[in-house]
Amino acid sequence: MESTAENITYSKESIEELKQDILKKYPTKVARKRAKQIIINKIDEGDAVPEIGANTRTVPGILTQRGCTYAGCKGVILGPTRDLVNIVHGPIGCSFYAWLTRRNQTRPVDDNDENFMTYCFSTDMQDSDIVFGGEGKLRQAVQEAYDLFHPKAISIFATCPVGLIGDDIHQVAREMKEKLGINVFAFSCEGYKGVSQSAGHHIANNGIFKHVVGEDDTVKEGEYKINLLGEYNIGGDGFEIDRILEECGIQVVSTFSGNSTYGQFANCHTADLNTVMCHRSINYVAEMMETKFGIPWIKINFIGAKSTAKSLRKIADYFGEQKLKDRVEEVIAREMPEVEKVMMDVRSRCEGKTAMMFVGGSRAHHYQELFNEMGMKTLSAGYEFAHRDDYEGRKVLPTIKIDADSRNIEELEVEQDPARYKPRKTDEQMKALADQGYTFKDYKGMMPEMEANSLVIDDISHYETERLIEFYEPDIVCAGIKEKFVVQKSGVPMKQLHSYDSGGPYAGFRGAVNFYKEIDRMVNSKVKTYLKAPWQKNPELSGHYVWE
Amino acid sequence: MRKIAIYGKGGIGKSTTTQNTVAGLAEMGNKVMVVGCDPKADSTRLLLGGLVQNTVLDTLREEGEDVELEDVRKVGFGGTLCTESGGPEPGVGCAGRGIITSINLLEQLGAYSEDEKLDYVFYDVLGDVVCGGFAMPIREGKAQEIYIVVSGEMMAMYAANNICKGIVKFAEAGGVRLGGLICNSRKVDNELEMISELAAQLGTQMIHFVPRDNVVQRAEINRKTVIDYEPANPQADEYRTLAKKIQENEMLVIPKPLPIENLEKLLIDYGLAG
Repeated sequence: MESTAENITYSKESIEELKQDILKKYPTKVARKRAKQIIINKIDEGDAVPEIGANTRTVPGILTQRGCTYAGCKGVILGPTRDLVNIVHGPIGCSFYAWLTRRNQTRPVDDNDENFMTYCFSTDMQDSDIVFGGEGKLRQAVQEAYDLFHPKAISIFATCPVGLIGDDIHQVAREMKEKLGINVFAFSCEGYKGVSQSAGHHIANNGIFKHVVGEDDTVKEGEYKINLLGEYNIGGDGFEIDRILEECGIQVVSTFSGNSTYGQFANCHTADLNTVMCHRSINYVAEMMETKFGIPWIKINFIGAKSTAKSLRKIADYFGEQKLKDRVEEVIAREMPEVEKVMMDVRSRCEGKTAMMFVGGSRAHHYQELFNEMGMKTLSAGYEFAHRDDYEGRKVLPTIKIDADSRNIEELEVEQDPARYKPRKTDEQMKALADQGYTFKDYKGMMPEMEANSLVIDDISHYETERLIEFYEPDIVCAGIKEKFVVQKSGVPMKQLHSYDSGGPYAGFRGAVNFYKEIDRMVNSKVKTYLKAPWQKNPELSGHYVWE
Repeated sequence: MRKIAIYGKGGIGKSTTTQNTVAGLAEMGNKVMVVGCDPKADSTRLLLGGLVQNTVLDTLREEGEDVELEDVRKVGFGGTLCTESGGPEPGVGCAGRGIITSINLLEQLGAYSEDEKLDYVFYDVLGDVVCGGFAMPIREGKAQEIYIVVSGEMMAMYAANNICKGIVKFAEAGGVRLGGLICNSRKVDNELEMISELAAQLGTQMIHFVPRDNVVQRAEINRKTVIDYEPANPQADEYRTLAKKIQENEMLVIPKPLPIENLEKLLIDYGLAG
């Protein structure tokens, strides 16, 4: 029996029943908290959606998807910068397990170009460093890294024990900066700070803004200069986006932080437009750059061929020149036929299939575009570390309660740069764009773009994932490595959307084609039907201890 | 082997009292080991006639894992075995973690083993119970008996009460008990009566009242215990008495810490409010 995406609907009552059934298993207080994070979607006038609990602490004991603040700071934001020596101050595991595990790729311009991403730098703290303090060892590590590589800059990351014993990493950074004459800066990104890796993104971006942005005032050549914020070049996404932008004649001054270099960050304030891909991890950088340097920002999305085309047109409209608009249209016209050919082909097999997605701070939203293009429907989705504005849209920003965990993360006070602040558009030009319906600094969030009665879950647990799989029987689930095997053991294909397993790129036009083919392969594979799990063949397993 | 930890407010005279008492126990023929749990490493100075050269943590840091018991344990007055945990300079690192590491190492090296034929192990612990590390000597059954050094000064009594809270916590999980308060006199008015009453309210005893005498300072400047420096001095007999009382003590209790109001009332009742 063939079904189509349009005819799969669930009544509000059946979803409510599912929600209550899930909550029933929790203790009262936990259930009350989770109830706020498990929301049945509803779209009212003006894209108003129900309030969702997000960016709050995970109840201990729940098998959460979340990572730690250090993972967000070192792993996500600073990890992809190739010419920066990232020294992790802590026990070796913290460094090793944050070493290229996100599959963020980089492309040095030539053989002489620096690339330290293949190295894993750590102070390898031992018991005696904890007892006697590790500042000496850190100083020595910075010196050694400098002597060996002479990098442009060195950054230092605090792991949990560093915060506990109070090593002053910022003082070490200042001393070594003075001594070595290169930029050395540190991040107090102890894993336990904040409620998820989101706090780490914030700490990292604040640090880059404070220590690096604006260090190099060279204005590079290029007619249409943009920054690409919140694109981490997983599986080569950034390369594909760069390719498209280059064909359009748009210059990327910096990418935060896929395939990035120190020099790009230092120079990024010379761009004329900030485009924000992952709203969650970086919207505050866009805000700060606008305040300090006068660069406006827009939300874009290069996941999905249609979104890519839309985003290119939005960038072209900002610059407003016909020459650019024409070139963008040419590129779209050139790229789309191949995309549409594959799209139509996979639609014949994927139409009507269903997906669930619990990932990231923007991916659970962006990837719905790709599934839509394939005729697939996202039944339930949620983020791992997003905030309310990523679900409900920026309109709810004034109503977000700032709790103690958020206050724990530094909020930078940014002012207009007296010399370098330069509005990129006149008030009249901005108004003219607004009159045409052009929106700056806006993100509508995921929920207004999902169907009514779809289930939106923040910070989903393994238990809830299993329950949802039982209920929805989706054709594919997308999440991260920790969920991979929970899903696969249920006999459902699982695609990692943090690291893309071994695939990618999935951004842009060619990325869309890759994704269509990959998902087509996964949801139409019959391999699970040929296999029976041991418990399906032999439900009652018996065993005995070997020593009996 | 009886394992005893001495706690009390900083500067109250824990190390002095411990070493003088240990000297008394040693004189009585006991084999005693003292484990200094203060990063300053001055808990065995009077028994050894000077500061120990190799603390456990320094040795561990310099020698790596290849540490012998003899490297970190020295023989002091009356055959006492002295070790110092050591630790970081003030303001860096984690002294608490140091104590955990140090005690674990001593255990692995066999410092507590049967063959050592120890009668007593004394832990002399820095100040208040400030974090998990400083509670190490009373965790996991390491010390079974605690004595709190106290005086009639309000903050000393306040600290004693706080330490009792720590003992309650570990008494329920492990087996640690409070053996009594040692009053190291500061010549506060009504000190003996007040500390006796505090002890009673805590459900314990004031095991001994050690009078204030300058011979203690003289002995200290000469790096000796009073028993070693002036064996015939009446103050030496005070420490011998304390040692004997500890030797014979059978009153081991889980203390009942006082609410702060009761503690304040005690001070007022005994005339400290003026």
